[in-house]
Amino acid sequence: MDNLPASQTVLEVRGLRAAHVGPVDFRLLAGEICRLSGESGAGKTLLLRALADLDPNEGEVILDGIERARIAPTDWRRQVAYLPAEPLWWEERVGLHFRQDGDDSRLKALGFEPEVRNWEVERLSSGERQRLALVRLLENRPRVLLLDEPTANLDPANSRKVERMVREYVSDHGACALWVSHDPIQRQRLGGRSLVMEAGRMREETP
Amino acid sequence: MNVIALSPWDLSLAAALVVALAALTARIGMGLSRSLLISGARTVIQLLLIGLVLKTLFENAQLYWVAGLALIMLSVAGYEVMSRQGRRFSGWWGYGIGTSAMFVSAFAVTVLALTTMIGPSPWWEPQYAIPLLGMLLGNTMTGIALGLDRLTQTAWQQRRVIEARLMMGHGWGESIGQIRRDAARSGLMPIINAMAAAGIVSLPGMMTGQILAGTPPMEAVKYQILIMFLITAGTGFGTLGAVWLGSKRLFDDRQRLRLDRLKPGRGK
Repeated sequence: MDNLPASQTVLEVRGLRAAHVGPVDFRLLAGEICRLSGESGAGKTLLLRALADLDPNEGEVILDGIERARIAPTDWRRQVAYLPAEPLWWEERVGLHFRQDGDDSRLKALGFEPEVRNWEVERLSSGERQRLALVRLLENRPRVLLLDEPTANLDPANSRKVERMVREYVSDHGACALWVSHDPIQRQRLGGRSLVMEAGRMREETP
Repeated sequence: MNVIALSPWDLSLAAALVVALAALTARIGMGLSRSLLISGARTVIQLLLIGLVLKTLFENAQLYWVAGLALIMLSVAGYEVMSRQGRRFSGWWGYGIGTSAMFVSAFAVTVLALTTMIGPSPWWEPQYAIPLLGMLLGNTMTGIALGLDRLTQTAWQQRRVIEARLMMGHGWGESIGQIRRDAARSGLMPIINAMAAAGIVSLPGMMTGQILAGTPPMEAVKYQILIMFLITAGTGFGTLGAVWLGSKRLFDDRQRLRLDRLKPGRGK
């Protein structure tokens, strides 16, 4: 896999402003999972949406040393991948959302049989939708994962599977993740740096 | 050609039917009587006015008078398209998208038909140019209004699905593709239905008018076929253009879905 030096900056954010957010400055390093917390309404989701360039925003956002304006928006969103709390689906069957030549290892790692590709999206539970959306997102091989409560609808066993998958992906690919979580036990398991949003501003929490 | 002239008494009888309908809808509380009476009155006033205008225009056939009337018709049609939107684009776009698409398609088709198919001399002879443009604008207007309304309403309802595709790195065109196709389809359905039903279910208005005025039926039929095709082409190209422009306007240069560019319209 890509062997990047551990201290390399993947995402650098300087003076990011969007509606109700900012200015926000921070950086994410290769192989790092950063926790993001804050009360609801503090601007966590808005920050993630701005980073994925889904809402109008200004400021410098640099991915692997390249300024965002020089990356096409479609490439940007593949590389700075946002997983919303309630991911949506647009085709009738699950498999149509995945690469047709993709392998089933991630599906299996999250407890699905390969037949899940033929399932109707309508019949998925919210937890299944969340897990499958993570697999869908990782197929784009993103550099940055913006995860908005990715285990909110999962039982503890499945939550751990998701954590393991993200951790493996991040360290294998020298990627990084910003993980919104309200569960104190999960936050303890994730470890790493902890960022806090308060009224649209960000600060780093010192242990 | 000899037409049986209609007396004011004949028209009053027909008007009484509409008034009776309005009275009935008021009685059963459908809330339609007011709009029925107002649009009925508008029909009388607007048609009398255009009758006067056409009479004057035919007597002083000048290109600039014809062009002036055509522009007025276009601007009114553009306003109608805008006012029929449940959610319309804010600023000039609300007026501009429909009007520019109508201008390009309806005017181009009219000029093409006048110069190459019908061929009056001069080519802008008002007796041909104005009714032809009127029929094209009227139908194109309906197609564009339906298409744009469907586009913006559906985009609004399905904004989270559109964004889900954007998040996966799909381009704006791919993300709204299905919605755009449905919008174009709903704009084109009326004219496709009209073509399919022509002659069997309905005798189209223009043909009926020509036959009443004494034109041999086969001549009237040929004109009607020509008009049907022109209307289909004008409506089709106009609707496709407007829906494409509208869908493009829903996204900005970074391909973000910008529903803040819509504002609630008066709807219909």
